[in-house]
Amino acid sequence: MQKRDIKNTDPPLWVAWNQALASIRVRFFRQLVTSIGIALGIAFFASVMTMRAGAPGGSAADESRMRWLLGTSLVMCLVGVTNSMLMSVAERYREIGTIKCLGASDGFIVRVFFIEAMLLGASGSFAGAFIGAVPIALIQHVSGGTVFGIMLLSTLVGMSMTVAAAIAPAAQAAKMPAAAALRVDV
Amino acid sequence: MSEIVVRTTDVVKQYGEGEAAVRALAGVSCEIFAGEYLSIMGPSGSGKSTLFNMIGGLDKPNSGSVFVNSVDIAQLTPRELAFLRCHTIGYIFQTFNLITVRTALENVTLPMLFAGVTPEEAEDRGRELLDLVGLGHRYHHRPTELSGGQQQRVAIARSLANRPAIILADEPTGNLDLKTGQEIIDLLRKLNEEQQVTIISATHDHKMLDVSDRIFHIRDGQLAKVQTKAEAVTSGLHD
Repeated sequence: MQKRDIKNTDPPLWVAWNQALASIRVRFFRQLVTSIGIALGIAFFASVMTMRAGAPGGSAADESRMRWLLGTSLVMCLVGVTNSMLMSVAERYREIGTIKCLGASDGFIVRVFFIEAMLLGASGSFAGAFIGAVPIALIQHVSGGTVFGIMLLSTLVGMSMTVAAAIAPAAQAAKMPAAAALRVDV
Repeated sequence: MSEIVVRTTDVVKQYGEGEAAVRALAGVSCEIFAGEYLSIMGPSGSGKSTLFNMIGGLDKPNSGSVFVNSVDIAQLTPRELAFLRCHTIGYIFQTFNLITVRTALENVTLPMLFAGVTPEEAEDRGRELLDLVGLGHRYHHRPTELSGGQQQRVAIARSLANRPAIILADEPTGNLDLKTGQEIIDLLRKLNEEQQVTIISATHDHKMLDVSDRIFHIRDGQLAKVQTKAEAVTSGLHD
């Protein structure tokens, strides 16, 4: 018997999209918790940004304190988001192994997690940016344009963190031999 | 039954390194013929699941080769391996391993979508397969809403999705009660006869052995004995 021609086995993008949506829909509460984790981190970041914008022209000491706070909030946010995403990928090693057995390419698996993380990251980050920025902006009378800019930046930061934190472990899991992924118990 | 569908030559697999290394397979050579119903038998820890993983391309041996349809699977790229899993091999697991977030029908159609079948065609064939395994009324149930036996039937339908040459079943009755297990065995045997699909099953279920054409006995990572059905009947299985 001859070796069959190897064709491109990747299904259209909507297959990955449906898989990601099903995963969010069915695991709604689990995913909600993940997304709240992301939202809290980003809310902290957005609120510090807004405070900084609302009280400009402070002393050099004030400014450096603000920067320090901003840095801290980013680190906290990163740790929170990474933790949530690592857990949510680790829980699903088995599922990854199974999908591999069904003939999914490594790329397909990464794509599913990418879409999921984008959706979770976007919704969580936007909610967080809103909660963090808007109340403080109202109290400190920050201009709408500035708040919009801060919210946009926070959402983008949150989304990219979420995607990065999900893709790294998902890609690693996708590359594992299927048997190893199936054996993992979390 | 002359065409060889799987051949292994001196397959060695060990886990871990140095002194802590465990040799799960210590040089297994075997041939499996197209269309046969083969059981791999052995106590737990004997290496039968490891052999199963090797044959299925789920893991790579440390040395030796595994040929599926005359293709050395160690030489395949990840993408080619995915293609092989998709088109040539269907998997059934002890723990069913359905995709929990998808319905029964979606579980069956997913491998077909990987194979590039159109959604309409996949759905038609998915329904056909679920009817075949006796789950015609459970298309849109999710795995959590199905009993163990029903889940295993979905898994069997899913394994048949892309008309594989081989179905690999790792203790398919291990998590089922006696009666349900018997039903699953009968179903597998029926599919083996009607669809001429080769069935390779790791098991220690004696009921499974009754329907097997041949039995591989694995002991301590080696192929200790190969029994044909006739031999198994005359010598008695329950040794």
